[in-house]
Amino acid sequence: MPTAKGFRQQLKRYYLLYTVGFLAFVAVLAFLEHLGLPPRWIGYAFLLFTILIYATIGVMSRTADVSEYYVAGRRVPALFNGMATGADWMSAASFIGMAGTLYLTGYQGLAYIMGWTGGYVLVALFLAPYLRKFGQYTIPDFLAVRYGGNAPRLVGVAAAIIASFVYVVAQIYGVGLITSRFVSLQFEIGVFVGLAGILVCSFLGGMRAVTWTQVAQYVILIIAYVTPVALLSFQITSVPVPQLVYGEVLQEVGKLEEKLFETPAEQEVRGLYRERADAYYEKIMRLPVSLAEERQRLTMRINALKEENAPMREVVALERLRRDLPANAEEARERWDAAMHAAADRGAMPIRHAEAFPGRSEAESSAARLNFLTLMFCLMVGTAALPHVLMRYYTTPTVKEARESVTWSLFFILLLYFTAPAYAVFAKYEVYSTLINTPIAHLPSWVAAWGKVGLVAIEDINHDGLLQLAELSLNPDVIVLATPEIAGLPYVISGLVAAGGLAAALSTADGLLLTIAGSLSHDVYYKIIQPRASTQWRLVISKSLLLVTAVLAATVAAQRPATILYMVAWAFSIAAAAFFPALVIGIFWKRANRAGAVSGMVVGLLITVYYMVRVQFDSVPWLGLRGIGMEPWFGIQSTSAGVWGVPAGFLTIVVVSLLTRPPSREVQDFVEQVHYPQLR
Amino acid sequence: MQLTDRHREYWRKNLRMTALLLAIWFLVTYVVSYFARELNEFTVLGFPLGFYMGAQGSLVVYVLIIWFYARYMNRLDHQYGVHEGGRD
Repeated sequence: MPTAKGFRQQLKRYYLLYTVGFLAFVAVLAFLEHLGLPPRWIGYAFLLFTILIYATIGVMSRTADVSEYYVAGRRVPALFNGMATGADWMSAASFIGMAGTLYLTGYQGLAYIMGWTGGYVLVALFLAPYLRKFGQYTIPDFLAVRYGGNAPRLVGVAAAIIASFVYVVAQIYGVGLITSRFVSLQFEIGVFVGLAGILVCSFLGGMRAVTWTQVAQYVILIIAYVTPVALLSFQITSVPVPQLVYGEVLQEVGKLEEKLFETPAEQEVRGLYRERADAYYEKIMRLPVSLAEERQRLTMRINALKEENAPMREVVALERLRRDLPANAEEARERWDAAMHAAADRGAMPIRHAEAFPGRSEAESSAARLNFLTLMFCLMVGTAALPHVLMRYYTTPTVKEARESVTWSLFFILLLYFTAPAYAVFAKYEVYSTLINTPIAHLPSWVAAWGKVGLVAIEDINHDGLLQLAELSLNPDVIVLATPEIAGLPYVISGLVAAGGLAAALSTADGLLLTIAGSLSHDVYYKIIQPRASTQWRLVISKSLLLVTAVLAATVAAQRPATILYMVAWAFSIAAAAFFPALVIGIFWKRANRAGAVSGMVVGLLITVYYMVRVQFDSVPWLGLRGIGMEPWFGIQSTSAGVWGVPAGFLTIVVVSLLTRPPSREVQDFVEQVHYPQLR
Repeated sequence: MQLTDRHREYWRKNLRMTALLLAIWFLVTYVVSYFARELNEFTVLGFPLGFYMGAQGSLVVYVLIIWFYARYMNRLDHQYGVHEGGRD
């Protein structure tokens, strides 16, 4: 088709022009900074300029056509669908958090790198081409047609909403974090600014607008991610390709580790932290007596101070300390337990960056390995089951392009995932070689700047005035956000990183919101409640639901839920257990039927949630559940709960299907027809 | 419509290739990671090998798997006449 080719050429021209324009914009800002433009204005300029671009694309792509709204008219070429999927896929967690996780956990963190890319092999081999051939609008659509009836559709909708909503809250939270740090907006206001940014893309144009903004966002996020670390790499190794040269830096880090970990000061500091952990342990064991003693002790000190007419400031400080004591034994146990673990972590031997599966004993090391492998499994299967990613493969023109677009997706994702471990290693090198053993009074200014927002903390526990490694605690988010400052780069690069993080969070949030609103309006409203609704009315419903969901997600994000990181990891296990078995068996095994699929999805979901809840929580107060905690099976953490749910789901589908009647001839024909791009 | 033997052969070939590529995926993902400690004894491009596989090596294999599968299947479609569009 000549028009399709022309369309592709035109797109390439537009986006090339746009990329050049964006680089020129950065260059102009850099020049203005040189002339004395204050950092605050640079932050504003990035925020306004990028959101304006997204809004323009959003408005230009507005649509009232159902196929355009849900699947971008199925005209997205493989290359661009790959970029859009990349942006859709790479969230605030990938952009901001991953390098930091790698910094903190070394080799163990590579489970995320492999897990979040290897999943695309499953997408390519088992799902993308077949879903494209099926060619409807949502993932529950497939379940409904393949298995028949509303039950599979409803279970699918429920799982899609649970997994996507948790994820979208995390994105909006990320937007709040970025805007509050870089343009000094209040966190809550930042959340709602982000919300506006999300809505301008998705509200008017649905999938069509989201697709074209995601391509634009991909360009920004990849430039923003690679630039600072390339410059840092150039400073350290004089080669600006960090992905290639960080092996040598990793060896340097290894040498520094050998030298630093065993210094007497470091050992002393770790010893002090272990003593602190022991002290907390003892206090926890002696609850509730120890809490009363604590209160008693503070009261006595306050009274003593008052008697000797000490300065009011000291008295007030102690009184605040007393007021902040845990209210009851249960709260004390929780808080002291956390403090004990924090101290014990700092007292433990730090990890060596490249060492795989560290542990003091063979058993500990095997447990680390098992958790590494299971986490990887859940992330991979979860990747291949998240509805907002799978939906993207409905938007290509053909099955052939769907296959090719998976290649492009992973290629564009790799550009970032290759860089993340390099980020961690370069940052570690800088920290180990310049920060450690420096007088605390002379630390570089970024330490204090990020200390103010609570992402860096320093405690001179041995009072020697020098910074020991164990005395420094870094929040994982700080690695990417602070790298420009660590490398001493101009503020315009920091602004660029903020714009990139924003693009990553917004693009993912767009895709997720569309999935949620689509599931509710298309699957629940149109397919179940009101099948005769006009197309116009369906879009009105969808847009209203999008608005409601977005506001709801922003409201939750503004509460700053504490367990957000865990929740994101859980979303993967939930999606994996609910969707993967039913989708794959549905495509590859004609004999699977409705009873099997529904029971398999429910069983997989229940086992996963059951394991997560019982391993993670000891009580769920609002459900009145207490003492439900259990020992993990084989020591596998709650974030890998899907490792039980997925096989259970597969097994249930097979067993129940075999025990019940095979599906009708039409359904079996349908399955066969999905196997071939075009039967003739 | 009724499937012919040729259609079935197409599908068998697809399944065989899927299984083969899945086995490679399993190998570079789980087998390599399982032996990461042992592989770390070797050095490639300055990296310990186990670390390198997790950070870059396996990822490259994933892209190659997907790229190869797309190419193989697109050719197979034409060979067996199940490709989309006109009859060329």
